[in-house]
Amino acid sequence: MGALAKPRADALEARLAALQLPEGGWAEPARRDALARLSATGLPQGRDEYWKYTRPDTLNAPEAPEAALFAGSETLIFSQRERLKITFVDGVFDPDQSDALELEGITIERLSEAANRDIHWAKDLYGVLEARGQDPVARPLAALNTAFAADGILIHVTGRPSKPVSLVYQHRGTRSDAILHHVVKVESGAEMTLLENGPAAARFNKVLEVDVADGGRFHHVRAQGRDHERRAATHIFARLGRESLFKSFTMTANGVLTRNECVIEFTGDDAVAHVAGASMGDGDFHHDDTVFITHDAVNCESRQVFKKVLRNGATGVFQGKILVKKDAQQTDGYQISQSLLLDEDSQFLAKPELEIYADDVACSHGSTSGAIDDDALYYLRSRGVPRREAQDMLTLSFLAEALAEIEDEDLAEEIRERLEAWLSRRRG
Amino acid sequence: MTALDSTASVKEGVDQETVDAVRNMGTYKYGWDTEIEMDYAPKGLNEDIVRLISTKNDEPEWMTAWRLAAYERWTQKEEPSWAMVDYPKIDYQDQYYYARPKSMETKPKSLDEVDPKLLETYQKLGIPLKEQMILAGVEGAGESPSDAAPERKVAVDAVFDSVSVGTTFQKELKEAGVIFCSISEAIREHPELVKKYLGSVVPVSDNFFATLNSAVFSDGSFVYVPPGVRCPMELSTYFRINAENTGQFERTLIIADKGSYVSYLEGCTAPQRDTTQLHAAVVEIIVEEDAEVKYSTVQNWFPGDENGKGGIYNFVTKRADCRGDRAKVMWTQVETGSAVTWKYPSCILRGEESQGEFYSIAIANNYQQADTGTKMVHLGKNTKSRIVSKGISAGRAQNTYRGLVSMHPKAKNSRNYTQCDSLLIGDQCGAHTVPYIEVKNNSSRVEHEATTSKVDDDQLFYCRSRGMDEEEAVALVVNGFCREVLQALPMEFAMEAQQLVAISLEGSVG
Repeated sequence: MGALAKPRADALEARLAALQLPEGGWAEPARRDALARLSATGLPQGRDEYWKYTRPDTLNAPEAPEAALFAGSETLIFSQRERLKITFVDGVFDPDQSDALELEGITIERLSEAANRDIHWAKDLYGVLEARGQDPVARPLAALNTAFAADGILIHVTGRPSKPVSLVYQHRGTRSDAILHHVVKVESGAEMTLLENGPAAARFNKVLEVDVADGGRFHHVRAQGRDHERRAATHIFARLGRESLFKSFTMTANGVLTRNECVIEFTGDDAVAHVAGASMGDGDFHHDDTVFITHDAVNCESRQVFKKVLRNGATGVFQGKILVKKDAQQTDGYQISQSLLLDEDSQFLAKPELEIYADDVACSHGSTSGAIDDDALYYLRSRGVPRREAQDMLTLSFLAEALAEIEDEDLAEEIRERLEAWLSRRRG
Repeated sequence: MTALDSTASVKEGVDQETVDAVRNMGTYKYGWDTEIEMDYAPKGLNEDIVRLISTKNDEPEWMTAWRLAAYERWTQKEEPSWAMVDYPKIDYQDQYYYARPKSMETKPKSLDEVDPKLLETYQKLGIPLKEQMILAGVEGAGESPSDAAPERKVAVDAVFDSVSVGTTFQKELKEAGVIFCSISEAIREHPELVKKYLGSVVPVSDNFFATLNSAVFSDGSFVYVPPGVRCPMELSTYFRINAENTGQFERTLIIADKGSYVSYLEGCTAPQRDTTQLHAAVVEIIVEEDAEVKYSTVQNWFPGDENGKGGIYNFVTKRADCRGDRAKVMWTQVETGSAVTWKYPSCILRGEESQGEFYSIAIANNYQQADTGTKMVHLGKNTKSRIVSKGISAGRAQNTYRGLVSMHPKAKNSRNYTQCDSLLIGDQCGAHTVPYIEVKNNSSRVEHEATTSKVDDDQLFYCRSRGMDEEEAVALVVNGFCREVLQALPMEFAMEAQQLVAISLEGSVG
């Protein structure tokens, strides 16, 4: 820690004092390595380029800032569908609200139990993908997670399970501080869908490491929402083998602070990765999507589609990067980030980057920001659609491109209904 | 792949310029140096050197104080490291900060008194310092004076290392009310204007290189266009670095008063040397109500040889401030030279309905590194900006577009359109795009598009099937890729730029 500047060292020391490194088992060396990574970089600070648009203070603080619980009643998303449900309450596995961890074609274990053993398949992945994702940009909150996460789920996919695995996060304590670390290993030719929803805790730090072997397929649909005051810093680290597929979609509605980082690395040729997000913010909402895709294989396709609807002073951030390494020829990289600002006070801050070292590539990115198109609104109104409804229709059509990234139509429809409900609640 | 040999016949339908350009490939055309006796200030940088530069320029005390304050700030600043350029640490004490041809010790009263060697230098560069001549590249250049159409006159301020050698057409400009002279002359003759505007767009402590420039700038150009005046001719500055181990720090200040118009051209070259040289310039432009300024640059500093040896480190701060309503500024740049380029000509759109435009071609070949782009800061209502950037990378070069578009909460109904395209020629180079987009109101619209691709195989195949060789075909495709920007250039530069595009890509194919 000697090399760190004083404020950084102090912030780190204060944070570490509130944490305890779980000991024993195969995971301990990985945890110690992660702690060394964290100690080398310190916690993120506002002046860091990578945190230019999002203040990390509350994510770093030794204690989680207070967050009121969600008071309304609402059927939870995904609850009506066939799934294997695993519940965490304030970051702790709750067996009473979870199904038996058994499903054909898949093995599921708790990190807290598996970590005590001497050998485990997750040893080759836990903290490994996270460490790979630390270069060229440090992600200290992820290293902190690897070091200190006591719970989480380890999923080994060897076949094609009949239903998705659904992680449900519940928030009960107003100052709860949850750290969860999940690892998913999709074997060659296997396929799974992972669902996530719920606010998790007053403050939530989550890492999901996904290794998709040659020809494997991984689908991920996540809904972050409801409790307005929660804060979350999440990371996905994915490594993709030859001809594999990775698709991740996130819907975010409210939350004082959300930073979703997604770090994807293509290591096998002919693979496909799509990352998409639809977020809606009202009031003191700050939502940050930070994506970093590294092409290090031939003929891979990556797609980033992020749409944000912002009102009443909400802030949307997008930092996306496509890095194409020297030998990653025939890369097809696409990136779009758009915001719809529903009133004068909201803001959209974007940094869509390309860094390209191969010549035979087709990479593009686009970013736009603006209000609802008056002509389109006029058209709908002239056909008898009331103003508010017309606005909602246009807003939903704005979000449609992101929703189209969800392969399962039923899931897409369920997300769409949630978005519509969110809009109509605010129509008043 | 070799360049076209001179016996190759010109194929039908091939643009003669393209062929000429390809034929001219091979060397950096401006790599020779002028043997001339120089006066140097001692190597290194300290308060005494700053004072010395001020004394050499006969500056009043307030200017010396201004420089010393800048120097003080500079010593506290750190060199920026965020750009995607990689160069060995610069030893700022191992440079000359002032170099002047001996013959310039007593300032010549007119161009007739200027050392013929200097005049020859500019002649050789195609920059006429005799008023009857006009810029090379324009029709009729070099012919008898009567052939030169009067409306194509270009006034030139020629800067050689640290001093301005001479400024042409001063009398004619004076009749129109336009002040065009070297900045050292302006400090002496028009202190009230300089005091009012110098450092008002690029503050002394703006950034490391601008602060350095504020302390040690030796010369540069000054332009003042009074209210309602349309400058009767194009103004131009030609910068030449000649001396070895010498940094060039020029300062340009352009003021376009209410309702005026001026078009300004800037060109630069340097001899081919093994050691790198430092160039840190500052350009400030003030655009008042209803005024318009066009600023065009063809930057052709020595880029280093094909192994990356030598070349100019080009760290430039250029900024225009549209102070009045309906003010308009347009930056056009063709960046083909320099080993390292760090340059972001920017527009502050303060006045309502003011407009900023940025057109750029950046070409990096061999070991060149270019990190360039623009900032469009929208502060006023109904402001508009447009960015068109074309980056071309070849050899082992790295080319980065870095830009900011910022819509402040009060900049209602503003509009930005950005397009950055990158072209890669060869598999050892890199093309990068780093845009920052900050939108803080919803009535403004911001659109950003960027693409990266290689030279299209179909287009190449088409050209080749019509008998062009590969290098010609690439030059043609690249010229097409840059067309939008080339068209934005004044005629004097457009042709030169078009040829430069081909020359800069020399040896990049095959």
